[in-house]
Amino acid sequence: MARRCQGERRGAASQGELEEHESREMIAETGHYALILALGVAIVQMVLPLVGARIRDQQLMAVAGPAAQLQFLLIAIAFIALMTAHITSDFSVENVWRNSAVAKPLLYKISGVWGNHEGSMVLWVLILALFGAAVAIFGTNLPYQLKANVLAVQASIAAAFLLFIVTTSNPFVRLDPAPFDGQGLNPVLQDPALAFHPPFLYTGYVGFSMAFSFAIAALIDGRIDAAWARWVRPWTLAAWMCLTLGIAMGSWWAYYELGWGGFWFWDPVENASFMPWLAGTALLHSAVVMEKRDALKVWTILLAIITFSLSLMGTFLVRSGVLTSVHAFAIDPARGIFILAIMGVFIGGALALFAWRAPLLAQGGLFAPISREGTLVLNNLLLTTACAAVFVGTLYPLALEALTGDKISVGAPFFNLTFAPLIVPLIVAVPFGPLLAWKRGDLLAAAQRLMAAACLALAAIVLVLAFRQRGPWLAPLGIGLGIWLIAGAVTELVYRVKLFDTSWSEAWRRLRSLPRSAYGTALAHAGLGIVVIGIVATTAWRSEAILAMKPGQTASIAGYTLTFKGVAPRQGPNYRERVALLEVTRNGEEVTELTPSKREFTLEKSGTTEAGIHPNWRGDLYAVLGDQLKDGGAYSIRLYFNPLVRLIWLGALVMFIGGAVSLSDRRLRVGAPRRAQTKATPVPAAE
Amino acid sequence: MTRKQRRGVLIGTCLAVLGVAVGLVLYAMRDSIVFFYTPSEVTSMQIAPGQRFRLGGLVETGSVVRGEGTTIRFAVTDKSKTLPVTYTGVLPDLFREGQGVVAEGTLSADGVFHADNVLAKHDENYMPPEVAKKLKEQGVWRGDAKASAAEPQAKVN
Repeated sequence: MARRCQGERRGAASQGELEEHESREMIAETGHYALILALGVAIVQMVLPLVGARIRDQQLMAVAGPAAQLQFLLIAIAFIALMTAHITSDFSVENVWRNSAVAKPLLYKISGVWGNHEGSMVLWVLILALFGAAVAIFGTNLPYQLKANVLAVQASIAAAFLLFIVTTSNPFVRLDPAPFDGQGLNPVLQDPALAFHPPFLYTGYVGFSMAFSFAIAALIDGRIDAAWARWVRPWTLAAWMCLTLGIAMGSWWAYYELGWGGFWFWDPVENASFMPWLAGTALLHSAVVMEKRDALKVWTILLAIITFSLSLMGTFLVRSGVLTSVHAFAIDPARGIFILAIMGVFIGGALALFAWRAPLLAQGGLFAPISREGTLVLNNLLLTTACAAVFVGTLYPLALEALTGDKISVGAPFFNLTFAPLIVPLIVAVPFGPLLAWKRGDLLAAAQRLMAAACLALAAIVLVLAFRQRGPWLAPLGIGLGIWLIAGAVTELVYRVKLFDTSWSEAWRRLRSLPRSAYGTALAHAGLGIVVIGIVATTAWRSEAILAMKPGQTASIAGYTLTFKGVAPRQGPNYRERVALLEVTRNGEEVTELTPSKREFTLEKSGTTEAGIHPNWRGDLYAVLGDQLKDGGAYSIRLYFNPLVRLIWLGALVMFIGGAVSLSDRRLRVGAPRRAQTKATPVPAAE
Repeated sequence: MTRKQRRGVLIGTCLAVLGVAVGLVLYAMRDSIVFFYTPSEVTSMQIAPGQRFRLGGLVETGSVVRGEGTTIRFAVTDKSKTLPVTYTGVLPDLFREGQGVVAEGTLSADGVFHADNVLAKHDENYMPPEVAKKLKEQGVWRGDAKASAAEPQAKVN
């Protein structure tokens, strides 16, 4: 199938140019070859260990580890080859021609690799293979059979997607003759935050495949215990961290690049990444119950399947072209159908396997409704229900159009109305969780301990109520909820170190010996509180003004006075822009200058709006330059003041750090846990 | 608490939460769903003034008038019927005459569509999928020819 085509060389190309061309060609062909080999390796890695685990053949099972590493190596070669082609602007590769150009800055030549459909799918399988290789290398003390099964399931996902890439989305398709310059990358994608958004998002999506593979392996094994949860948790946590950061980056990018001043639009593509996050967060918490109390086993398995299914669905929604947006690179219906088929096989197969095997798994221990487990069940219940609400809102328009042909759009009001009421009770319950004991908790004692946090939250509500001039009456309560979360997180730490019950030195000693996972939990919960405050403040108290301004005119917003100085042209590396200059003063003192601009990318024949943003602890002053108006040199200019908006991304970062701290906990270290009722002494088969 | 009671509490809570969720979804569905129409559909059906919907089509060439302040008037057409639109604000980067556009807002009694949100997405070749489909149905779609004509022949190794 891999027919090599030598391009015809013509004209008076010098020997050196020819040689350079040959070596470039080698690179692209090597990448293509490596990709096909990787598919072969993945199929071997899928079949042999699975058969080996069935017939208990050690040698067949032993294939899994080296195969996983080889598969990663091959995909890495393909990825590096594609990246080289992009960096060296090898336009004989169609993918490079379509998505790159000589004049494009280097950073975007690199990020352009995954700024298109084919390349992003290669990145997807690269990360998948990376996780597989990590299990092969670090999972040295995994039970042999479990490891073989996990790697086989992982390989089956890789094989499906590699087949998808090779048959429908080959990034190494060549052009002959090679064009002189490429078509460039969509200008809105030429942005630093967006350069790193897909890798993090994919690490999150694909990371959940580990939980999925472990769940399927456990179902195949028909055996699951607390140790299983300990193996799964670090992988899920790592995936969750990356997804958190990836979503935050996407939101940050949308905020400053799209020029609408909003941070979240409940766009189907955003929802596609948010649903796995909600399910993944639930999985993270149910895995804790399973690890500590050996309960909720069947549910955790199901949740692992659901989480990765939602990741697959996210990939489908974004990559199939079902949703048209900046993310939908694919226009070829064959691709959509292929991904739909992959989804059908994996989700359907996994759920069927679950229905068949789950009843075999032993049920876990019991617990009272008021207990640590109880709150974690509540967490799971509310998160999955909220996730289901988002799911309905995202897919209902697609389903309705397919069934009746009616076209509707489900916008922010729907999600605000359904999501918020389900999440608020969860936020109220969060601080109680860590303060309740396992098995049977004392709600009254926990409430007493949280008295200080409640008072703080109440004080915040009263304070905000007193000082606010406008905005919905619910907003102060929202701020109170955020404070409640943060104060609750601090309360937990205070009680764990017995700050007020013992001497300072004793508390300090306890603080240092506290497990890192406790800090991680507190940080993640406090981070959520910070996010909540940011969202509530921005949504409730944002000011907005749309003005027609002539040079020399002034406008005022949120205490700032802006003087419009005029618009000047400027030349960028691969674009021209018109830059407006706005001088900002506050109480007569000069604050800053804002330079919102409109960029015109000549090659791509497309433009972007660059907002002028003045970040500040109170909030962001945000200016967007509009079109020139007919009446005498005036421009339409849109101004926003977004109070405390930075807290949203700061909070997400705190959550990420919380995850990282928790991941660094000794007890969670990958491969550290050993199976509880271990068969450490291999008894000779005397049955 | 007995095993039975514990299970009862669990199942009861689940049902309660699910019930609330279903109620919220149904309630929200009634009020916050926006239908999408073309100018032909708008003229052929009775839409109550004040009802929100999305209007999709092409910005009629020569129809854009920048009026007082930041208010802009233009017309949206699907090549058979045309509807006048007013919008106050900054238009998106890719708002051009002759290009696809989706406007969200309400129809006033005098037959003018007051948009409070105008979408014209990120690509000069971008056509809102709803518009492309309707235009195809009405036989005025010419978009596909453009995409394939200008490219050198791709070669698969």
